[in-house]
Amino acid sequence: MADGSYRIADREFRSRLIIGTGGFRSLETMAAAVEASGAEMATLALRRVDPASRGSIVDVLERTGVKLLPNTAGCFTARDAVQTARLAREAFETDWVKLEVIGDDKTLLPEPVELLDAAETLVSEGFVVLPYTSDDPILARRLEDAGCAAVMPLGSPIGSGMGINNPYNLRLIVEQARVPVILDAGVGTASDAALALEAGCDAVLLASAVSRAEDPVGMARAMRLAVEAGRLAYESGRIPRRLYAEASTPMEGVPELT
Amino acid sequence: MSGAPHRESFDLVVVGGGVIGLACAWRAVQSGLSTLVLEREAEGAGASGVAAGMLAPVTEAEFGEEELLRLNLEAARRWPAFDAELRERSGLPTHYALSGALVAAADRDDAAELRRLHAFQRELGLEAEWLGGRECRQLEPGLSPRVPGGILAPHEAHVDPAATVRALAAALERDGGTLVRGEGVARVELEGDRVVGVTTTRGRGVGAASVLIAAGSWSGELEGVPAGLAPPVRPVKGQILSLRVRPGGQRLAQRLVRTPRCYVVSRADGRVAIGATVEERGFDTAITADGVYRLLEAAWEVLPEVAELEFVAARAGLRPGSPDNAPIVGAAGPEGLLVATGHYRNGVLLAPVTAEAIVALAAGEDAPEQMRAFAPDRFAARERALGGAL
Repeated sequence: MADGSYRIADREFRSRLIIGTGGFRSLETMAAAVEASGAEMATLALRRVDPASRGSIVDVLERTGVKLLPNTAGCFTARDAVQTARLAREAFETDWVKLEVIGDDKTLLPEPVELLDAAETLVSEGFVVLPYTSDDPILARRLEDAGCAAVMPLGSPIGSGMGINNPYNLRLIVEQARVPVILDAGVGTASDAALALEAGCDAVLLASAVSRAEDPVGMARAMRLAVEAGRLAYESGRIPRRLYAEASTPMEGVPELT
Repeated sequence: MSGAPHRESFDLVVVGGGVIGLACAWRAVQSGLSTLVLEREAEGAGASGVAAGMLAPVTEAEFGEEELLRLNLEAARRWPAFDAELRERSGLPTHYALSGALVAAADRDDAAELRRLHAFQRELGLEAEWLGGRECRQLEPGLSPRVPGGILAPHEAHVDPAATVRALAAALERDGGTLVRGEGVARVELEGDRVVGVTTTRGRGVGAASVLIAAGSWSGELEGVPAGLAPPVRPVKGQILSLRVRPGGQRLAQRLVRTPRCYVVSRADGRVAIGATVEERGFDTAITADGVYRLLEAAWEVLPEVAELEFVAARAGLRPGSPDNAPIVGAAGPEGLLVATGHYRNGVLLAPVTAEAIVALAAGEDAPEQMRAFAPDRFAARERALGGAL
């Protein structure tokens, strides 16, 4: 969109950063980092919080004014993820869910078959489904066809900080998608986030890169700037890569000043 | 003290008989204050009775918590003298052990994370040495051969919290204090801007010059405390496992053994504690399969002999967590109202320095210098600075 915002389902966002809330050392640090990130949406695992308790993580997040996006982290089957999403809808009074179905405890890579099953079920129940998926363009298309409101391919495994491991696949996903593409997982530092936006992703979701940084608030601000820079670079049109140099000041037509 | 006729009255009434409340009360009695502890269940029924009792400031050090680290280090230095006096006054053991700690990496990724932590520890001037895998196993032959390295912190210690709580209760009573079990505080009573006493859960009025709120995770829920002055604590659930070396088996490790996912305390009498989960689940204390499984797995991957232990029990406690993970110790507003809570993972460690601060405050003096950064009013000041996000 012309003013730099983008839309998921019926909601417009100005910030292209979505922040995860896992791994922060204290609630105070989390609140300060969320503020510094400029994010308008924060995701949290229903499994890891009790939405009802006073002074809890939910309380603190609500006071920062971000939209809460419950996720199904920790689910290994479609059945479990669907049930968790339903509980999240009750607890947080939102139809939005970041759908995670994990296939393996060591890599935390998505389980593609269960993910698609769960996505289909939840879409049919009226959820706005944002699926965390592998960087497979075919699976991304299947999820979009199933009615997901966005697709969220990984750059590399959750918490690994390994950046975008398959930029080619990411490019294919971006080119074919008619829903927003949000890079989810793998961002280690600011340049990773900038690269995702330069590659045409609509937004980036990250957690560990900020929450486990030595200075989470400083890193949150770095991510905010990186996402802004990456998007601006994408919109402004980068120059082609060339094998040989080309002087930035052309020699043709230059008046000779003697 | 003024007050209604026939009404019992004390210099200090302590709400909560956990390690913090009892330590404060014991020290207060020793300083000459008449002191009553009201404990709604039994001493140590909350987090104190579930804790592992690690006195481990170096291996608990976190980025951004340098001020808390200084307090924790000071607290660890106080423990040997505190322990000796407590054992002498109570005649009971605390099982204090200056065992040292070894933070073991389970794999390469752990090693990278621990090297970053070690660099931070060295930057802070802490005593912590990096050891290769074989060096680790020379110190602790029970470690898995797959451990690629770790951090040795030679002055970390541990104590048995349940025994410590029993000793504190005994020392308190022996030195002239009163501990009432099965009777909590329903309400803090104020007259104008000063504390005059409490009403107990049995409807009894007790007069007090000072009231100390040391009710752990429940410290923010007391009636009668003016709005906005209740300490901002929330329960942070921790599941912990108790195991035991079987007859003929050998001690799992001489030192505290930690990894990024668990800690293992092996006591001299063969008892082993494996902890702990950190969960934001409100006042829930259910034991979950996931909690037990993850803790066992995390301990087993560095100490495979865990598989040979007898499983005794799994328990869950509620640590009082504050917004910045640091304790909340000091005067809370109305004259005579004191707070000592929010000790989170370090309640046992911080009991001696907390008691020292509370005794000073109850006597009308300033809190010791190292405790001043942890006063209850710090959150309101930061909230104003940040525009209300906290």
